[in-house]
Amino acid sequence: MAKVIQIQPVTRIEGHAKVDIHLDDAGNVADTRVHIQTLRGFEKFCEGRPAEEMPRIVCHICGICPWAHHLASSKATDAVFGVTPPPAAVKLRRLMQAIAYISDKILHFYFLAAPDFVIGPDADYSVRNVVGIINAAPDIAQQVVRYRHLGARLLENFAGRAIHPTFSLAGGVSKPMTETERQAMLPAAKELLEFSQFSIKFAKENVFPKYLDAIKSIGVIKVGYIGTVTDDGAMDFYDGKIRLMQPDGAYEDFAYEQYTDFLGEHVEPWSYQKFPYAKKWGPLSLNLDHPTGVYRSNCLARVNVADKMATPLAQAELEEFRAAFGRPAHFTLLYHYARLIELVQLAETAVQLLEDPEITSPEVRVKVEPRAARGVGCVEAPRGTLIHDYETDADGLIKSLNLIVGTTHNNAAINLSVNQAAKEFIKAGTYDQGILNKVEMAIRAYDP
Amino acid sequence: MAVTVAEEWLNACSGCEISILNIGVALLDLLPMLEFVHMPVLLDHKYFGQTGEKTDFEIPEAMVGIVSGGVRNEEHKHVLEEMRKKCQTLIALGSCAAYGGIPAQANMFKKEEVFDKIFRHCVSTDPAPDPVDPDVPPWLATCMALDEVVKVDVTIPGCPPHPDWIVEAVTALVMGESSWSLPERSVCDTCPVIREKKSAGGPIKRLFENLEFNPEEGLDKMRCINEQGFLCLGPVTLAGCAGKTGVPRCVQARTPCRGCFGPIRKGARPMVDMMGSLTSVGLDPKTVVDRRAIMNRYIGGHGFLTPLPARPGK
Repeated sequence: MAKVIQIQPVTRIEGHAKVDIHLDDAGNVADTRVHIQTLRGFEKFCEGRPAEEMPRIVCHICGICPWAHHLASSKATDAVFGVTPPPAAVKLRRLMQAIAYISDKILHFYFLAAPDFVIGPDADYSVRNVVGIINAAPDIAQQVVRYRHLGARLLENFAGRAIHPTFSLAGGVSKPMTETERQAMLPAAKELLEFSQFSIKFAKENVFPKYLDAIKSIGVIKVGYIGTVTDDGAMDFYDGKIRLMQPDGAYEDFAYEQYTDFLGEHVEPWSYQKFPYAKKWGPLSLNLDHPTGVYRSNCLARVNVADKMATPLAQAELEEFRAAFGRPAHFTLLYHYARLIELVQLAETAVQLLEDPEITSPEVRVKVEPRAARGVGCVEAPRGTLIHDYETDADGLIKSLNLIVGTTHNNAAINLSVNQAAKEFIKAGTYDQGILNKVEMAIRAYDP
Repeated sequence: MAVTVAEEWLNACSGCEISILNIGVALLDLLPMLEFVHMPVLLDHKYFGQTGEKTDFEIPEAMVGIVSGGVRNEEHKHVLEEMRKKCQTLIALGSCAAYGGIPAQANMFKKEEVFDKIFRHCVSTDPAPDPVDPDVPPWLATCMALDEVVKVDVTIPGCPPHPDWIVEAVTALVMGESSWSLPERSVCDTCPVIREKKSAGGPIKRLFENLEFNPEEGLDKMRCINEQGFLCLGPVTLAGCAGKTGVPRCVQARTPCRGCFGPIRKGARPMVDMMGSLTSVGLDPKTVVDRRAIMNRYIGGHGFLTPLPARPGK
C-alpha cells in the first residue's frame, strides 16, 4: 500500500528540514522531498537599513558561518560606496575568515559527520552522536573541543566577537592589528595547522578506507559545480571569479556582477528554500535519471572547480585526492574528504598571513560617502559561493537586496541525493532506522 | 543522577548552539551531569519515532528544556508548546527567544510584503506564487519572543549569549535552583572608556569612518563612543556580552554596541531612554538615521516593532 515515510527533523545538520519518502503500492520509492521549513525574510527587512550597518545585520543569517556573511556584505558595501579597502584590511579580513572556517570544519567533521563513521551508520541513535564520540575516542574529542575553542578565542580576543562579528565594515576593518597581537596569534595558528594535518591523516588512515562502499553508494549523483578561483585558477575563499563547471568538467568563469546571467532561482510550492540552477543548462529538472540545470557548491565543488590549491600542503593533498577520484569527483560522501583538504589550506593561509609584516599596517579603513549605486560582493562561505547584491539610494540606505546563500545552491542536489539514497536502500517496503539514517547521511555530506 | 535536557531551535541561526560549544573544555566537565534526550543539531531523536512510525508528535520529558530562536511560524509554536509541556524548567536561550531578535525586524513589514519580495521581486528568482504545502508551515502574524506564547522560567539573553552565562545558568538549575538571571547593569557600567558627559554636539555620525583611538592603548584610553558623536546603545543595554570577565564585545572590536543583550530590565523602553541619553551628552537624537529599526534591532518582538501606517498622500 502506498505510504509516506517521514524523517523529521533531519538531525545533525545546521538548519530545519524534513524528508518525505513516498512509497508506491509495491513499497518502492516513487518520490522524495526535502522540505525546508523556515523563512526569515532578510531580503525584505534589510530594505531601508543604512548600508554601512549591513555587515553586522546580515551576519545573523547564520550563526555557524557569520563571518562569511559579514565579509560578503562588507565587500558588497565596499562596492556600493565605491571604495577599495587598504591591503592590511583585506589581509585581516582573510585572516579572520580562515580562522573562523577552521573551527567550522573541525566541528562538522568530528561532531556532526563522524558519529556515522566512527560509531557506525546503523548504530542505535542513542549512541550515534557527539557523546558517543567522546566515549569512544576521549583523547581525540578533548583535542577537538580544545582546537575548536582555540579558534573562537583567537577571533574574540582580537575582533571582539567570534559569532556575529562587527569587525569588518565598508571600506576596511574597525581596527588594526598590533605587533604584540600578531606575535600572540602566530603560534596558535601553527597549532591549528598541525591539528589540520593530523585530522586529514587520521581520516585517510582510519575513517575513509572502511567506508569505500558507502562512498560509492550513498547519495551518488553526477551534476555540475560552482566555486571561486583566482585568475590563475587557485582555490580562494575571499576573492576571485566564479567558476561554473558542467558535469563533464567543462567550465565558464564569470565576474560577480554577471551572476544573474548564469544563475536563476526556481521556487517549488513545497519548500521555503529556493532552487538555484544554471540558466544556460536548460530549465531546472529534478529527474534523477536526467537532471538538468543542477550544480553543487561547498567543498567538493570548490575542490573540483579549482585547478590547484593555493598552499603547498593542501596542494599535495589535492594531488592525492585527484589521483584516486579524478576531476570532477562526483561521489557525494567525498565532501567529507574535500572538507579536510580545505581545512589544510585555511590553516596554511592563517599562518602565512600572520607571518606577513604588512598585516600590522595601521592603515585599515578608507572613509566612505553615501551614494546611489549597486554593488555585488561575494566570498566562498563554508557551504558555497555566497552572493550579496545591494542597491542603495543617495542617502546610502538599502533600496533593494538579493542574496544567494551558500547552502541554497545545493538545494536541488540534496533533493537528488536523497532520492538516489532512498531508491538505493528502500526496496519492497523494507526499511529500518539504519537505512533512514543512510538517507540522512546523503544530506549531512553537504553540511547544510 | 544526571539531569535530563531537551534542546530545540526555532526561528534561529544556530549561533546559540555554537555558543554552547564555545563553552570549550569546561563543556566536557559539564556533560557528565547532563543527559541530553533531544537536540536536533547534535542528536538523532525524531518527533514521530525513529522510523517515523508514530502519529503523535513527541519530545521526551526532560528536567531542563532549552529553546533558541523566536516563534515565526506554526511549526515553531507547536514545537515550543510541546517543549513547555515536557520540560519542568524552560530556558529561553538567546535574544531571538528572549525578544524576537534580528528576525523580528521583519515585524516592520506586513507578511504579504515580505513574501512578495522574496518570491516575486528578487533579481535572480523566477517569480512564483508563495509556497503552500502541508510541510511548509505558514507564518504567524508576527515574529515573537517565547514568552509571548508560553511561560518561560529562565532567560539567557544575548546574540549570542556568552558561554559563561550558559554554564552558570545550567549549573544553577542542575544544583536545584529554580531561577537564574543576569544582574541589572548597563553595558556602560562594564565599559572602561573615558567619559566626560559631553560631546562635540551636532548630528549623530554614521559609521562612515572608524572611531578615534590609539590601537596601542587600551580601551581605558579611548573616549566614549557616544561622546565621539556616534550612536552606541550601551546606556540602554543589559551588560554581560563579554561574560564574567572582559569588556563589551563590540567595544573590544572598536565598534559601537547595538543592543544585542536587550533592555536592562523588563518593561524598559530602550528607545525612549536612549533618546534621553543622547540628549544628555548634547547630541540630537532626531538625527539618528533609521532610528526605530536601529534602536530596536534585537527586540522587535513584544510589539516593539510594527508596520508603519501608510503616510497620507503615499
